Amino acid sequence: MPLRRRDNLLTWLVVGPFAIVLAFPFYWMLQTSLKSELDLYNTENVPFFFGEGSPTLDNYRFLFSDTQYAHWLLNTVLVGLAVVVITLVVSMPAGYALARLSGRWGQTLGVGLFLVYLVPPTLLFLPLSRVIAEVGLQDRLASLILVYPGFTIPFATWLLMGFFKSIPRELEEAALVDGASRLRALVRIVFPISLPGILTVVIFTFSLCVNEFVYAIAFITRSDSKVVSTGIYTELIRGDVFYWGALMAATLIPSIPLALLYNAFLDRFIAGFTGGAFR
Amino acid sequence: MEAAALPRRRRRDLLEQRRFLAPALIAPAVIFVGLLVGAPLGLSVYLSLTDATAGSLTGDFVGLANYTSQWDDPNFRTAFRNTIVFTLVANAIVILGASILAHFLVREFRGKWFIRFLVLLPWAAPVALSTIGFLWIFDSLFSVVNWTLKALSLVDQFNPPQWLGEPNKALAAITTVHAWRLLPFATVIMIAGLASIPKEVDDAAKVDGATGLKKLWFVTLPLQLPIATIAVLFGIVFTATDMAVVYILTRGGPFNSTQMLPMWAFQTGIQAGSLGPGAAIALFLLPVLAVVTVLMLLFARRVEVT
Repeated sequence: MPLRRRDNLLTWLVVGPFAIVLAFPFYWMLQTSLKSELDLYNTENVPFFFGEGSPTLDNYRFLFSDTQYAHWLLNTVLVGLAVVVITLVVSMPAGYALARLSGRWGQTLGVGLFLVYLVPPTLLFLPLSRVIAEVGLQDRLASLILVYPGFTIPFATWLLMGFFKSIPRELEEAALVDGASRLRALVRIVFPISLPGILTVVIFTFSLCVNEFVYAIAFITRSDSKVVSTGIYTELIRGDVFYWGALMAATLIPSIPLALLYNAFLDRFIAGFTGGAFR
Repeated sequence: MEAAALPRRRRRDLLEQRRFLAPALIAPAVIFVGLLVGAPLGLSVYLSLTDATAGSLTGDFVGLANYTSQWDDPNFRTAFRNTIVFTLVANAIVILGASILAHFLVREFRGKWFIRFLVLLPWAAPVALSTIGFLWIFDSLFSVVNWTLKALSLVDQFNPPQWLGEPNKALAAITTVHAWRLLPFATVIMIAGLASIPKEVDDAAKVDGATGLKKLWFVTLPLQLPIATIAVLFGIVFTATDMAVVYILTRGGPFNSTQMLPMWAFQTGIQAGSLGPGAAIALFLLPVLAVVTVLMLLFARRVEVT
């Protein structure tokens, strides 16, 4: 079919350059992270070739043995998981109630919750940093675990609302007729069916936590309590000394798995997004 | 008789349950959000009206003095102007790129999975991390941008541009990073919009003889407009309130020329310890966000209708 082939080609001609521009920084990170110190500053070999001593995994080794990077990764995961748990516990019932049980006021509340998601940390970090200091949580991961649900709950509730709306009512009604209470139907029927949607929310909530920068930099200054989004920049860059190879390795490591997860769950995200407040 | 009464009673039970159950299920979310967003927002407004400094949560009431003195401050003016410039330019680029990209990415083609992975990278990668990548891309000595420009003989070999060291170039660099980062997200929202156009519309357009550009202009674009607006509004909020990109690339320098509101609020409120003025600076963002919010609500409603 010649027409299909022409269509394919045209699509690639448009989409290809976009993909190259968007992905180039990551190629560049990868290449830099595999270079030896000597090779990195040899402009002959920039940007496509490797010279003496390269490619090497030395930068990765340095990152994990001579810096606190592994520690920051662990902190990030800890904060992310804790926030995900809090978010799910609070958002799943709320999302369900907004999708099924409430009438008009529920819809208004749903949109309201979503709009709260748009209130940025930039507006809140000043008073919150004072409050955090006041209650003695400064330099502790607990400060982030406490504050992050402020933006993850609105986001997750809203997305979950979209997923729950797409579940056929008949399924729970059948359970209700069989004598189950609504809460029981919720836990036994609705949540298991929505597992893919819930998983999507887990992934995007987790990545919101990894992404957060303003609170993390305002609340935490002790180096072993830092998370990756702030630790790399504030600890691995000292004055004019840049360990570029290690820096690029450090930025690449969290990015790739996140991108793979995004790609795998994108269609579900879109379904939740269009099923939510905008439907 | 019994058979008819049973469902009615059940329905009534359900209704009673529902009246109690719905608020009970929603309450934790509302309380959480009220405490973590509503209260600090109120506190922020209060602080902006006082002369509070770091180390305390109270101060003497000074009225609007923090706002007026900031308004007269040249750094604040630069920050205010830059915030608007970043936001508008980056989002103009994003919306143009995203509409083209989305149009092609909804199609099925060979290698789509891989292309989509590459396109999603800037959105999935934590912004503070990818910006460090750009710090290296725009490096003063080993910039790959300059290497390319030199190879093409477009710039002076011995005096290449200092992307982060000269005011206008630094502004361009920051805008580029914002646009680069937002493009995938806007594309995804546009794809969602395109995917929600019913197949019947497509068929109807075909029957009416609308194809190619005609179809794009009269059918696809009008249907895509509301969701595109939502993409833009998200984009505006994300760009105007982001601090990570400027913090990492320039810290507002050189000489405060790339200052923007969140960065200036951070430096004033946290680093210099002037809590009151810092809060006032951040709150200058609020009117912008309020307008965006109202527009978003209006468009959300319109999407609901279609």
